[in-house]
Amino acid sequence: MSATSQTGFFDTMPFDPTASLTPTGNLRRRSAVSRAVQIAATAAALFAVAVLVIVCYGVASRGASALSFSFVIDNPSGLASGGIFNALAGTVEIVAFGALIALPLGILTGLYLTEFAGPRSNTAGVLKLALDMMAGLPTIVVGLFVYGLIVIPQHRQSGFAGAVALSIVMLPIMARTSQEVLLLVPNSLREAADALGVSRWRTVLSVILPAATAGIVTGAILATARAAGETAPLLICDSLYANDSTSFNLFHGVPSMSMFIYQSYDLPLQEAVTRAWGAAFVLMMLILIANIGARLLLARSRAKMAT
Amino acid sequence: MYGLCALAGVLVVITLADVIYQLAHNGSEAISRFGLSFLTNTAWKPGFNIEGAGALIYGTIVTSLIAIVLATPLGIAIGLYLSMMAPTRVRAVVGPLVELLAAVPSIVYGFWGLVVLVPFVDSLEPGLHSALGFLPIFGPASPVGISVFTAGLVLTVMILPIISALTRDLFLTVPSELKDGAAALGATRWEIIRGIVLPTTVSGCAAAVVLGLGRALGEAIAVSFVIGDASNRSVNLFQPGTSIAARIANQFVGATNALQTSAMFYAGLLLVIIGMLTSIAARAIAGRFDVTQRVI
Repeated sequence: MSATSQTGFFDTMPFDPTASLTPTGNLRRRSAVSRAVQIAATAAALFAVAVLVIVCYGVASRGASALSFSFVIDNPSGLASGGIFNALAGTVEIVAFGALIALPLGILTGLYLTEFAGPRSNTAGVLKLALDMMAGLPTIVVGLFVYGLIVIPQHRQSGFAGAVALSIVMLPIMARTSQEVLLLVPNSLREAADALGVSRWRTVLSVILPAATAGIVTGAILATARAAGETAPLLICDSLYANDSTSFNLFHGVPSMSMFIYQSYDLPLQEAVTRAWGAAFVLMMLILIANIGARLLLARSRAKMAT
Repeated sequence: MYGLCALAGVLVVITLADVIYQLAHNGSEAISRFGLSFLTNTAWKPGFNIEGAGALIYGTIVTSLIAIVLATPLGIAIGLYLSMMAPTRVRAVVGPLVELLAAVPSIVYGFWGLVVLVPFVDSLEPGLHSALGFLPIFGPASPVGISVFTAGLVLTVMILPIISALTRDLFLTVPSELKDGAAALGATRWEIIRGIVLPTTVSGCAAAVVLGLGRALGEAIAVSFVIGDASNRSVNLFQPGTSIAARIANQFVGATNALQTSAMFYAGLLLVIIGMLTSIAARAIAGRFDVTQRVI
């Protein structure tokens, strides 16, 4: 029976050695589906990159007319002229103070999770869950929390309250990155230190932290970049100050970039809106450059660790 | 050193507990006055001491759902592209670029959304209405393009990098033996994805989507720019509305009386509870995958 069907096949078709290599029928349909999916996935990736380009271009083209060197280094005069130096300096001050709180705490938390708590310990599990939840806190809620904690007892908004709020935004990022980086430190280093009879805290200070420095710096840059762009906590904790205020007293209102943008857009002056775009461009560029720099640093240190 | 590290950990947990306490404490006036009817009442009339979060909760859920519906297929497609299809060099450039979308500050998204996206949606909405108007969600368009739908679009862009980065990492963990085995049996790229990659990572993907949802639920500033701050519980997506976070961003600083402030603390408490539940849900769904909001 099989012999007859084979004969029939060769009778109807001339012998072609490449025939089996050209997809026909079902296989052709399957390849077409696969190709369509690949095109769709590529299009999705292109779409995401296009959105990034459109956002950057949209901000740059509208802010360009406000941009100049003096825009960055001058203080504002009145509502719609002068520069944004006060906002820039205020953001640096608030973020720096927040980082002063969050970065050491974040590194210590990361150290606790990797060096001191066992991988299966319950306390580590609780702490990880708490860090996840902290990272998932809406930033506006962080603002409300600090409003209740600091602004209400002090009866006034302040740069200090803003800094504390930003520290809560930074802490989980810092803890998470330190934890990830510390896990990359080879166990042989720890064992070598243990074999030499070095105590745990000395191992941490003189072996593990130095080995993880690049990664921790990366985490610190990413955390501060994230905090520098936050608006919601500052809106609630540190938004009441004159637009051209140059007071940097941490216990009064301190100007900031994000609040400058937020408030300028509300003003009924075209000039003010243009300045808001200019400030948005400066802020976005600083944050994007910090992100790219941090990633490059991390890639380099990873390459170094791998060799 | 151990003590110091443990202290830092304890501080994290205490802070989290204090967040709940502060919100409940400052919201106690609203909690005792409105009770659970706060959740369903849609009226928000601070002048009459009437506040209800019905419209806020509705807007929060609807905007996040729009974002999830749009961002999930897109994000997973990008994750697949970056992990399985892109040439190495393209991957090294496109991957970080997509992640940079997450670094753009929310105020920039809000501002950009208001000036660029709102006119775009304004031109899009009448077309959608005439084509799909038989569905109640695509009702008559709002006059200026400020709508729940616009807010959903902004949120889509904001959570897209989260979902795509998380799923890309998941897809990279699929053992290459499985993929090569399927390929050796003659499976096409799509059949490998459909038969091997997605089924082995489905729980991780679901957790990634839930994490994106958590981010979308809590976004305040970007949403507050484009949603219109209207206490409106309309089925029509093209009408202005509001969300919990956007309402707090819009009205907290200018609150006219203590009860209004207190109501916003109450609403914030609801938001935190929803957010914590999504964190726990993401963890529970993820199972063996370590899916957490990553930064590097």
